[in-house]
Amino acid sequence: MRDITISEIRRGYLKDLAAQERRVDGRGLEEFRPVTITTDYIGTAEGSSKVTFGASEVVSGVKLGIAAPYPDQAASGVMMTNVELRPLAAHLFELGPPRPPQIELSRVVDRAIRESKAIELQKLCVKEGEKVWMVFIDGIITNHGGNLFDLFTLGSIAALMTSRVPAKAQGLGEDYKLPIQHRPIAITSWKLGDQILVDATLEEELVADARLTVATNESEELVAMQKGGDGSFSREEVEAAFERSAKIGRDLRKQLEHATGA
Amino acid sequence: MGGLSVDPTTFFRSDGKRVSGRAVDELRPVKIEAHVLENAPGSCYLEWGKNKIVAAVFGPRECHPRHQQRQDRAVVRATYNMNAFSVEDRKRPGLDRRSQEISKVVSEALAAVVLTAPFPRTAIDVYMEVLQADAGTRCAALTAAAVAVADAGIPMTELVAAVASGKVGGTVVLDLDKYEDNAGEADLPMGITSRTHRVVLMQMDGNFTTEQYHQALDYNFAAAGVLHEKQRDALRSRYQTVAARQPQEGGAEAEDPGASSEEE
Repeated sequence: MRDITISEIRRGYLKDLAAQERRVDGRGLEEFRPVTITTDYIGTAEGSSKVTFGASEVVSGVKLGIAAPYPDQAASGVMMTNVELRPLAAHLFELGPPRPPQIELSRVVDRAIRESKAIELQKLCVKEGEKVWMVFIDGIITNHGGNLFDLFTLGSIAALMTSRVPAKAQGLGEDYKLPIQHRPIAITSWKLGDQILVDATLEEELVADARLTVATNESEELVAMQKGGDGSFSREEVEAAFERSAKIGRDLRKQLEHATGA
Repeated sequence: MGGLSVDPTTFFRSDGKRVSGRAVDELRPVKIEAHVLENAPGSCYLEWGKNKIVAAVFGPRECHPRHQQRQDRAVVRATYNMNAFSVEDRKRPGLDRRSQEISKVVSEALAAVVLTAPFPRTAIDVYMEVLQADAGTRCAALTAAAVAVADAGIPMTELVAAVASGKVGGTVVLDLDKYEDNAGEADLPMGITSRTHRVVLMQMDGNFTTEQYHQALDYNFAAAGVLHEKQRDALRSRYQTVAARQPQEGGAEAEDPGASSEEE
């Protein structure tokens, strides 16, 4: 957090605007920035996507490899999610080992994908107890314009939905589509003062008192949540966050399905 | 050596062209776009064949750790990073020895053209991300980095572009792709400046005869000229776009001035 600091005046301005249900860029509180989803972006990956929310930008790639299963899930494939907040994305990222914000982002997105059972991992068993497919989901944030949890969740699922299992290269028959059965979408509610908004810009994110990320599946059931920040949410607010996530998730999922041809 | 043991048809068609259809002295298609990221003051996206690189520049800014500061100039710190999904077998994230070496030689190549004296005790940080790799990423990365530095408005004496020549099947060829590189018998990447034609990056491995070496140098210098033109075009079109946009933007400036990174 070296170069990105927010003056008290600016902080007050953003909160005052929010109190009037307004935002610097003219959006409504529950309005997303323009969303773009490009798939098959990286030729070296089994599946890939580039997703943008306004200035926020993530490139996600899925790679598959053969690994040993976990002893307690001998007949199930394995997945791993990792995101890199590269220093080119904003002044506030520095080189070095992953820091807590990066680890949290990876883990929350991992949860949304894993707990929704998006990938049919039991179909990724090659030989029980010995060989299974390992699914690596990697993302890099190339520009941090805020709202990375929602961004990388969408990037991950878009990359997964367009992935193929490279069976031929492993001598395991023909390549086939990675089995994806659910489409989790995360929507984060950001709290500024007493107001809640979605798709925060980096500046709004820095001013927010708290955030609550809620991931839902296509049946609009809850699959993962994470609260962050020093502030708090009331019971009514956490209920509303779920409804908001389901509602906005519906629109984003439509765009996702359109972009991936699903 | 000399490549006589390799069947030339592995790399060349009957018409003398390479398997990819390129002539021996032909570059892969190169596309350069300046200023592609919002937060970084300078950035560049470059596609070179199947290579995809994004580069960004921050600074001159406070240099820490402080022991890296130089009292009489800015330090140029370039970081080359290959992403997990950029290669066939997933690469474990993080800096390995290869990346660190490339980062060092690229830093030095940029330091040769950046005017560092006006910014003592600061750092100019250059980040290069390989999104997709297909041989020649260090050259592509340096070529992109130079555009990003210029895009950031950092004064430079001239641009620098990098390109490699190598040898396949005993023949010297320009700009090896992955297929050729895997069986390459030699590789000579060079960073060459645009105005004074100085060599600011040079590495080599493999085996060249004197004639082959001269041939490779000829190819690299000629190709660098082509790349310099593409770099200039990318920078020019970026400023033309800004200029064309300027008049109507004045009124709608509800954004705060701090968020704009167009301070030339």
